[in-house]
Amino acid sequence: MTSHAQAMPTSRRPFLAEALEWITTVDHKKIGIMYLVMNFIFFIIGGLEALLVRTQLANSNLKVLDPQTYNEMFTLHGTTMIFMVIVPIWAGFANYFVPLMIGARDMAFPRLNALSFWLLFFGGLVMYSSFLAFGDGGRPQLPDAGWTGYPPLTTRLYSPGPNIDFWILGLHLLGASSLIGAINFIVTILNMRAPGMKITSLPLFVWSMMVTSAMVLFSTPSLTVALSLLLSDRHFGTSFFIPAQGGDPLLWQHLFWFYSHPAVYIMIVPGMGVISEVLPVFSRKPLFGYDFIAWSSVFIAALGFTVWAHHMFQVGSSLAVNTFFATASMIIAVPTGVKIFNWIATIWGGALDMRPPMLFAIGFISMFIIGGLSGVMLASVPVNWQVHDTYFVVAHLHYVLFGGSVFAMFSAFYYWLPKITGWRLQNGWGRLHFWLMLVGFNLTFFPMHISGLLGMPRRIYTYAAGQGWDSWNLMSTVGAFLIAAAVLVFLINVYVSARKREPAGNDPWGGATLEWATSSPPPEHNFDEAPTVKGRDPLWLLDRPEGSAGKRARA
Amino acid sequence: MVSFETPSIFNPASFEAGRIDALFRFILIVATLTFVLVEGLLFFAVWRFRNRPAEAAVQVHGNTKLEIAWTAAPAVILMVLLGFTFQTMGEVKAVTGGNVLHVKAIGHRWWWEFRYPDLQIVTANELVAPVNTVVEVAVESVDVEHGFWVPELFGKVDAVPGYTTRVRFTPTEIRNDYYGGQCTQFCGRQHAQMRFAVVVRSAAEFQNWAALMQRPEGGPEVVSGGAAAGRELFLTPTSQCIGCHTVADTTAVGVTGPNLTHLRSRGFIAGGVLANTPENLKAWVTNAPGFKPGTVMPSFANVFTPEQVNDLVAYLNTLR
Ligand code: HEC
Ligand SMILES: [Cu+2]
Ligand SMILES: [Cu+2]
Repeated sequence: MTSHAQAMPTSRRPFLAEALEWITTVDHKKIGIMYLVMNFIFFIIGGLEALLVRTQLANSNLKVLDPQTYNEMFTLHGTTMIFMVIVPIWAGFANYFVPLMIGARDMAFPRLNALSFWLLFFGGLVMYSSFLAFGDGGRPQLPDAGWTGYPPLTTRLYSPGPNIDFWILGLHLLGASSLIGAINFIVTILNMRAPGMKITSLPLFVWSMMVTSAMVLFSTPSLTVALSLLLSDRHFGTSFFIPAQGGDPLLWQHLFWFYSHPAVYIMIVPGMGVISEVLPVFSRKPLFGYDFIAWSSVFIAALGFTVWAHHMFQVGSSLAVNTFFATASMIIAVPTGVKIFNWIATIWGGALDMRPPMLFAIGFISMFIIGGLSGVMLASVPVNWQVHDTYFVVAHLHYVLFGGSVFAMFSAFYYWLPKITGWRLQNGWGRLHFWLMLVGFNLTFFPMHISGLLGMPRRIYTYAAGQGWDSWNLMSTVGAFLIAAAVLVFLINVYVSARKREPAGNDPWGGATLEWATSSPPPEHNFDEAPTVKGRDPLWLLDRPEGSAGKRARA
Repeated sequence: MVSFETPSIFNPASFEAGRIDALFRFILIVATLTFVLVEGLLFFAVWRFRNRPAEAAVQVHGNTKLEIAWTAAPAVILMVLLGFTFQTMGEVKAVTGGNVLHVKAIGHRWWWEFRYPDLQIVTANELVAPVNTVVEVAVESVDVEHGFWVPELFGKVDAVPGYTTRVRFTPTEIRNDYYGGQCTQFCGRQHAQMRFAVVVRSAAEFQNWAALMQRPEGGPEVVSGGAAAGRELFLTPTSQCIGCHTVADTTAVGVTGPNLTHLRSRGFIAGGVLANTPENLKAWVTNAPGFKPGTVMPSFANVFTPEQVNDLVAYLNTLR
């Protein structure tokens, strides 16, 4: 990742002044950089936690971690990756690029923008400060009830330690951060577009941030409510979730998934936006079916609010309820398929430039297809009864969130980092990164489908020998270390490229959107001249009025 | 840990699991074909159009006919999958009443209690069922949420405190010693060690088993030697055992831990952590938390002498 020094034009100010400048900044680009740096640090922390988990599971009956530590590691891994990496990393990219892509000077509310970053920062800090508090075992206890935190397990009776309070309060701050960010994005996109840029010709990353922000706005309050009720059960004597006192544990599941299912799309729709930016540029032709890709996101977002109980098919709901949620969940596959077909059609007939942003974009599509198909299987209620809460689901969610979101995240890094830093990333290291990650990813997660079908439940800290699970788990563990190696290669790439400092120029890829019209890195005011926009792919329109990847694309 | 034979969902041994297996195989085939088709298109496109000169790119913006086609085709396929899904849901849905064996499965951290209300049987961790009979399990929990699942016999259902959820299965095969099952809803520190099994027997064997289970403990007359001393120790309130465990027709009426009346009729103890042998019982009674950190059963290492533990286990050994 970028460090401040790499990202900034070389400055000779004393460190303190420099730090103060970053801490007090309200500039969307600096805030974006701080987001990305922080999210990447958490990505590494969450990854190390995953390595510990995988090491413990490499074989049956291992004792690398004790049960308590194992539970803490998988809880923190999930919580970190979801709430401190994937959800906010899109806010990070969007902070930097939404204003640039719509030709604006900054976000609509720069101070709110700083606030949402610092809430995120302190949210993460609060979550991990659990280290400082001693739990019932007489040792520091980290959150240990899974990222889903189902009560009654998380009520005082079963989780007396303060670790769950840290988890709740941390999530509260993270939720507030993304809510504030969402409002800011919506207002920015609605009001700050360059002259001529219609809502219907927004760059698709911007469009997807608009859709995502709407989802955040409508879903996050549900999480906030759930967390508040739980906190109140734990400390103020209420009993929303305590069955012995008339409470209802399923209420939590409903509230939680009413946020957390849309959260899946909050994590993937911006990634789809990135892919929809990268594919045309690297295929040298306009996006195929812009309207269909754009509106399918809206459709997915809306439907995303009607499927939450597909995480609850095993709580004994009535046939009618299960039928409804199964149908809604299956229907979501339709707009998702529309996107995939349009992306393939975008590549079709193109002139593909196979540099790393494109590699990761293609990786995204091909992995996301697998996650989508296993999602269809999970939507079939009886099949769900067999595979839910097993490693099959772990495989599924990683094909969506890693094969999908994380691949999109790296595509975005390779695509946009040159704009942020002003220098190119090395293609060779990038290719190595991609192939290592693709192989490592599949080696880790494909076998999990099988261990799940062989009956291995998720969240178990150990398992007996002789059940046919050992070799699949060993593969997963080896794969996890390959992924770690791939991330290391990325860091090496950033380091090597930062030393070489090969200038990226304004527009290293022949881009179509406005961020490529300004310098790399952009000046504080973003554009020397206010850009005017005549339609989609504004920079290509400059060369060819019909909006195809014109002369610029040959750069 | 006790290992069960691979509890694969592809190896169904009940009517219900068989129906789900058929549904899953069908969906798997459709998904595989879709996978091959779509990935095939993608990779062909990448291979065919890679590294061409920029001029070669065809400048198109879309095609409405294609859009309609690739919206409609998946929709039709999904409708078919939904149809099969609904059909299977009807076939396996839980029934109440009729000619069924009722069992109540109650989740505890971290073991399962099984009650047969019509037969007045209470046991733990091993659910015994007659072949070719509809078994309806009412699933409950006394503490946190748990998940009840035996892959070869039925799909999972959660044990949600305050609710009774139901699952039905009709075993069609007497195959393994055990059909292995495991808690599937994260329930705290020993979630991994909350394992259980279903044992399927012939109707006659089941009758014998039920008759055995209905017999109370034999009383002081049938034990002698160490077992007699152990019995006395077990039943003295200071030993604490009776506060947590039940042995039918004695003063042991605790319900925190598994019912021990027919302890030795079971193949394993403590959720599959240990096989049920006298040696393992000794080790477990001496220091249960050593095997299952977090369990409420305390360590007795500093309470009993090894001789006392021997006596206790000699007594436990008579609970057949
Ligand atoms: C505080 C409650 C408590 C006390 C006291 C207690 N136990 Fe337990 N015992 C349990 C629980 C709970 C389990 C189930 C543990 C698990 O599997 O997670 C258990 C399990 C067992 C088992 C294994 C049963 C099976 O089928 O899995 C045996 C045998 C046993 N206890 C014997 C004893 C003896 C003998 C004593 C007295 C010396 C005793 N226990 C005292 C709570 C208690
Ligand atoms: Cu969901
Ligand atoms: Cu459990």
